[in-house]
Amino acid sequence: MDRAITKKVTVQCYHCGEDCTNEIIQNQEKSFCCSGCKMVYEILQQNGLCDYYSISNNPGKNQKTKIREDKFSFLDDIKIAASLIQYKDEERTHVQFYLPQIHCSSCLWLLENLHKLAPAVISSKVDFERREVAIVFEHKNYSLRKVAEQLTAIGYEPYLSFNDMGKQLPKTDSSKIYKLGIAGFCFANIMLMSFPEYFGIDAKEKDLLVLFRYANLILSLPVFFYSATEFYNSAWKSLKHKFLNIDAPIVLAVWVTFTRSLYEVLSGTGGGYFDSMSGIVFFMLAGRVLQDKTYRQLSFERDYTSYFPIAVTRIQDNQTEAVVLPDIKLNDTLLIHNEELIPADGILTMGKAFIDYSFVTGESEPVAKEMGEIVYAGGKQIGSNIEILVIKEVAQSYLTRLWNKDETTIEKTNEHSFVHLLSRYFTWIVFGIAIAGATYWFFKDTDRIWNVITAVLIIACPCALLLSNTFTNGNILRRLGRNHFYLRNAQVIEDIATADTIVFDKTGTLTTGRYNDIQYEGATLTWQQKQQLYALASQSTHPLSKAIVEWTGETGSRKVHAFKELPGYGIEGMVEGNFLLLGSKSFVTHQESKEENDSIVYLSIEEKLMGKFSFRNQYRKQIPDMLQFINKKYALAVLSGDNAGEEKYLRELLGFDTHLLFNQNPSDKLQVIKRLQTQGKKVIMIGDGLNDAGALQQANVGIAISENNNHFTPASDAILSAWQLPKLYQLIQLCKFNKRVVMTAFVISVIYNLIGLFFAVQGVLTPLIAAILMPCSSLSILLVTYGLSNFFGTRLGLK
Amino acid sequence: MSVIIILLIASIAVAALFLAAFIWSVRDGQYKDEIAPAVRILFDDKPSEQIKEVEEAKLT
Repeated sequence: MDRAITKKVTVQCYHCGEDCTNEIIQNQEKSFCCSGCKMVYEILQQNGLCDYYSISNNPGKNQKTKIREDKFSFLDDIKIAASLIQYKDEERTHVQFYLPQIHCSSCLWLLENLHKLAPAVISSKVDFERREVAIVFEHKNYSLRKVAEQLTAIGYEPYLSFNDMGKQLPKTDSSKIYKLGIAGFCFANIMLMSFPEYFGIDAKEKDLLVLFRYANLILSLPVFFYSATEFYNSAWKSLKHKFLNIDAPIVLAVWVTFTRSLYEVLSGTGGGYFDSMSGIVFFMLAGRVLQDKTYRQLSFERDYTSYFPIAVTRIQDNQTEAVVLPDIKLNDTLLIHNEELIPADGILTMGKAFIDYSFVTGESEPVAKEMGEIVYAGGKQIGSNIEILVIKEVAQSYLTRLWNKDETTIEKTNEHSFVHLLSRYFTWIVFGIAIAGATYWFFKDTDRIWNVITAVLIIACPCALLLSNTFTNGNILRRLGRNHFYLRNAQVIEDIATADTIVFDKTGTLTTGRYNDIQYEGATLTWQQKQQLYALASQSTHPLSKAIVEWTGETGSRKVHAFKELPGYGIEGMVEGNFLLLGSKSFVTHQESKEENDSIVYLSIEEKLMGKFSFRNQYRKQIPDMLQFINKKYALAVLSGDNAGEEKYLRELLGFDTHLLFNQNPSDKLQVIKRLQTQGKKVIMIGDGLNDAGALQQANVGIAISENNNHFTPASDAILSAWQLPKLYQLIQLCKFNKRVVMTAFVISVIYNLIGLFFAVQGVLTPLIAAILMPCSSLSILLVTYGLSNFFGTRLGLK
Repeated sequence: MSVIIILLIASIAVAALFLAAFIWSVRDGQYKDEIAPAVRILFDDKPSEQIKEVEEAKLT
């Protein structure tokens, strides 16, 4: 009982808020978990920036992993620096850094007070959503490297990737917003000035009416020539591809309305329909803007360049120099430091490699490589420095080639949406009605023919369809976003709805990638032995050691002597006079063992075999239930880069119809998707790492799973937060409802159209009727789409 | 009724002013980062306990 209490009372690090497990460093009554955290505190304290700690509690990020001192030396290279700098004049340099650590208001405050730490910094401004800081500094006696090092010193290490090189500031296209603003302005004023037209005006004020009409004409020009270009461009593009999309009939209607109104005003026969025209352009643009909701903090376009470092160290004639990735040549010798990424395939020539391929293969366990073995690009070295001899250039390396494969870059067009097809039928019907009306009036009263034809086209343009589509899409995207399911664009909604096959990656997607599921077999360990095991295992950073640390559930600070870690085999050390061995069977028992299993770890104390730990990747919570449920509705497949150890479990869960494929390398995964597609299947691929990147691109919809929105996800159509994966079925259902909502709203608006047509075919469509029908129909579409999609969302139990 | 013309000009001028303000604010990037400005305005030389509470409520 006592022990349980003492375990709870742990000391929190003043800087990062994590529990101080191994040692507690004291400084002026403040406790720190590591010297790194203490150092940051001291820097801030000396500069009077301790408000950092009062704005939010424990705002820092853990500083346990030390950053190599000359890590940013490559920034002294003029060529590299120039590729990062945005603007430079004689005195000042403007640069932007991505700082993934930014997470709270303290971060914002500290980074914007950077000038107090470094007087050469003139200004620093944080973009919180993008986690970027824009810094302006005087480069006379300060350098880019110093800025980066200063940021690192206070715990905000800039993330510099190959992708940043020569990057232009992404231009946000706000032309649609301007078009919307102008259309809104013109629409409101035209409406206002059309009141005399609606309600009539005294005969003696006739001149005033003419004035109003011409004012309307002038105000409609920006709408016609600027705001509506959005639709002209899109219609023209689709016509060039010999395809009639929904924008074509809309453009026709806008032009007919404008020409007829122009004719009426110039000939003095009427007021025209400028109000309806600008109104419809305004509402349609509003729908488009809503639908184009972008998630600025996310990127759907990442390729390997975002993962790769900007520069690495090359050894030439016994000297080290920084070299940018494209300049790496065959037969160069590269020096890879601890925690650095291997940028090109090579042969290990010096040192012992212990490589973490987790983001290439999804495997959480590092792989040991001996001298002379090939190491592939994309792995992260853990431990001591190594040297590799480059055998393939960066662009030719295994991983990068996978990205550059032509077959993975398929253009996904949105031309096959049901909306476009529907609009075509609609257009033909409208033409039919227009011709029928014209024929009727041809025999009755030929003067009215043009009046009738134009009125029919004005009333019955498929704008209702476009409106209901864009507003529904916009609302569904928002709703999905609230549930942490972010789609690249609106077309993805429909792609998800029409899919019939779901392919899962196992490691990292269905499982957490951590070894939480541990089983111990063997002699029962005493409390003291557990403590010793804890002490030994906590010395290692290997994921299996970490899992064992958690399993012991102990805390304490027993000293470990003669600790040794043999990568790929195990760890050993003396704790309180006992010699402990923890590792593979051959390592612990000193006997050759044929059946080596990566996920079994043996323990011996004083050369006496105590027992073994077996590990299993833990499935995310509720995942088995979700899989079983989805299995009934969709064809499923599970791909895994791991061995077939879990096959039995998955078979029991999913039955015999499901494809279960193990030992799949990245291009195998891509081929599986391709094969399914040639069978006519529409495939959703759900994966997490770079190893799934090819498959995610190939699939009709690629969904990347992200543990945390800060993390990089491979290029995909959608990003889903890991903890929302159990809701996958509901999220897909909501996408399916999308079409139903669009159709419902459309049918309602057709009723308005029919009323309008009733007047139009008789040739008595007054501007007042048009002016009432148009906003009514738009507003009811808005209400119906919003109400229905929210109703379905709530019924599915989504946020 | 020439007063109507003056009113007309005035009303359009006011609306145009708002349109200009809108375009300026978009161009200025005021809609880009929706989190930072709201937090930044609360910083002063010495943040008090009260501010801290407000911000925490905002960010969570």
